[in-house]
Amino acid sequence: MSTALITPATERIVPGAERKLSNRVSLGQTLANTRTMAYRGLVKIRRTPEQLIDVTVQPIIFTLMFAYIFGGAIAGDVQSYLPALIPGILVQTVVTTSVVTGTQLREDMDKGVFDRFRSLPIARIAPLSGALLADTLRYTIATTLTFAMGWIMGYHPAGGLGAVVLAGLLVIACSWAISWIFAFFGVIARTASSVQGISMLVLFPLTFLSNAYVPVDSLPGPLAWFASINPISHLVTAVRDLANDGTIGGDLWMSLVGAVVIVAVFAPLTVRAYMRKA
Amino acid sequence: MQRELAVEAVGLVKTFGDNRAVDGVDLAVPTGAVYGVLGPNGAGKTTTISMLATLLRPDAGSARVFGHDVAREPQIVRQLIGVTGQYASVDETLSATENLVIFGRLLGLTSRDAKRKAGELLESFGLTEAARRPLKNFSGGMRRRLDLAASLIAQPPLIFLDEPTTGLDPRTRAQMWDTIRQLVATGSTVLLTTQYLDEADQLADRIAVIDRGRVVAEGTADELKSSVGDSSLELRLADPADLDDARVAIERVLGVSSSISPEHVRVTAPMQDADRVTDLLLTLRQEGIRVDELSVRKPSLDEVFLAITGHGVPDAAPAEGSAELEGSRA
Repeated sequence: MSTALITPATERIVPGAERKLSNRVSLGQTLANTRTMAYRGLVKIRRTPEQLIDVTVQPIIFTLMFAYIFGGAIAGDVQSYLPALIPGILVQTVVTTSVVTGTQLREDMDKGVFDRFRSLPIARIAPLSGALLADTLRYTIATTLTFAMGWIMGYHPAGGLGAVVLAGLLVIACSWAISWIFAFFGVIARTASSVQGISMLVLFPLTFLSNAYVPVDSLPGPLAWFASINPISHLVTAVRDLANDGTIGGDLWMSLVGAVVIVAVFAPLTVRAYMRKA
Repeated sequence: MQRELAVEAVGLVKTFGDNRAVDGVDLAVPTGAVYGVLGPNGAGKTTTISMLATLLRPDAGSARVFGHDVAREPQIVRQLIGVTGQYASVDETLSATENLVIFGRLLGLTSRDAKRKAGELLESFGLTEAARRPLKNFSGGMRRRLDLAASLIAQPPLIFLDEPTTGLDPRTRAQMWDTIRQLVATGSTVLLTTQYLDEADQLADRIAVIDRGRVVAEGTADELKSSVGDSSLELRLADPADLDDARVAIERVLGVSSSISPEHVRVTAPMQDADRVTDLLLTLRQEGIRVDELSVRKPSLDEVFLAITGHGVPDAAPAEGSAELEGSRA
C-alpha cells in the first residue's frame, strides 16, 4: 500500500500565532456538540442493534408474561387487567431502560475515544449531554412497543390517541429525569457492571413496591404505605388516568414535580463530578 | 535565530500517589520541527504529553502551546493541537468514515464538509477500501493511521504523537515515518514520543531523552549519538578475572570508559570509529587477555541510557522494548 500525500500543498497549515481563538465555548457550540454526540449514540445503536434488546424484547415479553400470569388472579381475566397493567409495565420498562445511560457513560469514559473528546476544542459537557439526549430515543421505542403490544392484546385506551401520546411523553420525560441519577452513578462508579448493580438495587424495590402490578390495598401495611408514597406509583397512576380516562390529575403534577426535583438535585451533582474527570 | 516556540514547558511535575511520574520536565520545541521525546516505558513520556495536551493538570510547573498556557487557556490550546495516543482513540463500534465524520462535526464542520474531509483523509491514508467496515476488523497499523487521520481534521499546527509506531511491523512503521515527514512538510510541528533510538534518529530534528520523569539529555540526534559513540563494542572474556585489565586496555586504546554488564561477563564501550577495534584486539592479545566473543554494532537505546544516566533501561521496560533492542543488533 502506498502512502499518498496527506495535504495538498495549497492547504498549508495556518501557523498557531496567526489564528484567532477564544477560550470560551458558546451556547450554540454546546448545543451543536451535544447534537453531534447524540448522533454518535444513534450511529452506535445502528451498528450494534443488540443494544436495543432491553427496549424491544422486554416490553413484549413482560407484557405477555405479566398479563397471562397475573391477569386471572388480580383482575379476574386478562382483558380487565390490561388497563391497569399496561401503564405499570410501561413505567417499569422505560424507567429501567434509563439505567443504560449510566452504564454506557461509564464504558465510554473508560475508552480511548474519550481521551480524544477531551483533547478536542468542544464543550466539555457534550459527551454527557449527548448521551442523555440520544437515550430519549430508547425510551420512545420502549413506550411505543409497550402500547403497541397492549393494543394487540386487546387494550384500547379509553382516553384516546392524544391522551396516550401525552402519557407516553410523560413517561419519557420522567425517565429522562431519572436517568440523571444513573448518569451520576456512571460518572462516579469504577466499572460499568457496578453501575448496573447499584442501579438495579435501587430500581427493583422502587418499581415492584408500587401500584404497577397490584392494587396498593392488597399489600400488607408497611408495604402499602411505601407503595402509596413511591413516586413510581404516582407516575403509574398519572399514566392510567391519562390513558384510561383522558384526565389529568394530581398524580401527573406530582410526577412532574418529582422529575424536576431529581434533575435539580442530580444534574448539578453529575455535571460537577463529570467535569472533574472530563 | 530564535524562532517562535510551539511548546515551552518549565518544571512540569505530575505525581500519582507517591510516584513522581514527571519530575520537573523542561521542554522547548521550536515551530516547524519534529521533536522527539525518547525514553523507556514508565519514563513519563505519556504523562508529559497528557499535560501538554490539556488531558492532565500539572501539579507544578507550567506549559505554553504557541504562547497559550495549558492550564489557563485549555480551550485555546485544544484548538491548536491534534493528539494521537498510544492506544487508538477512536470508536471501535463505528466505521472509519463514521468516526471521522463525527470528529469533523464536533470540530464545527458542516455535515457535507465533514464527509468530504473524511473521504480525503481516508484516501490519503490508504484506508478508503476499509472505510465502511467497523474498526473491530482493522489491523494495528490501520487503526494507528485512522487515529492519526482523526488528529488532522482540523489541521492543527501542533501534533502530539505518543509512540506512533510501538507494536507496528517494520513496513507499517516505515509508512508511518513517511506520513510524519509529510506532516512536517505542510508546516505542522510534531512532538513525538518513542522508545526507539532509530525512530528518533530517523525523524526528529531534536531529541530530549527522558528518564524517571526528568529530561537527562537534549540535543540533535548527532549530538546525542556522539555522547555514546557511533558504534558500540561488546566483549565477552574467556576469563572474567581479566575484566579489569580489559577495561584498562580499552581506556588506553580507545580513550573511552567502558562498563561491565550486570552479570559480570561482558564489557561494553562506545566507539567513534569501528576500525580501531583492530588496535584493541592487538593490545588484548599482547596482554594475554583471551576473548570469547566480540561484536561491534550501532548503539542501542540501552547504551544511550547507560551513557547518559549511568543505569540501563529499567526492568519495567516491556518485552516489546527488549525485542527492539535485539532487532537493532544488526
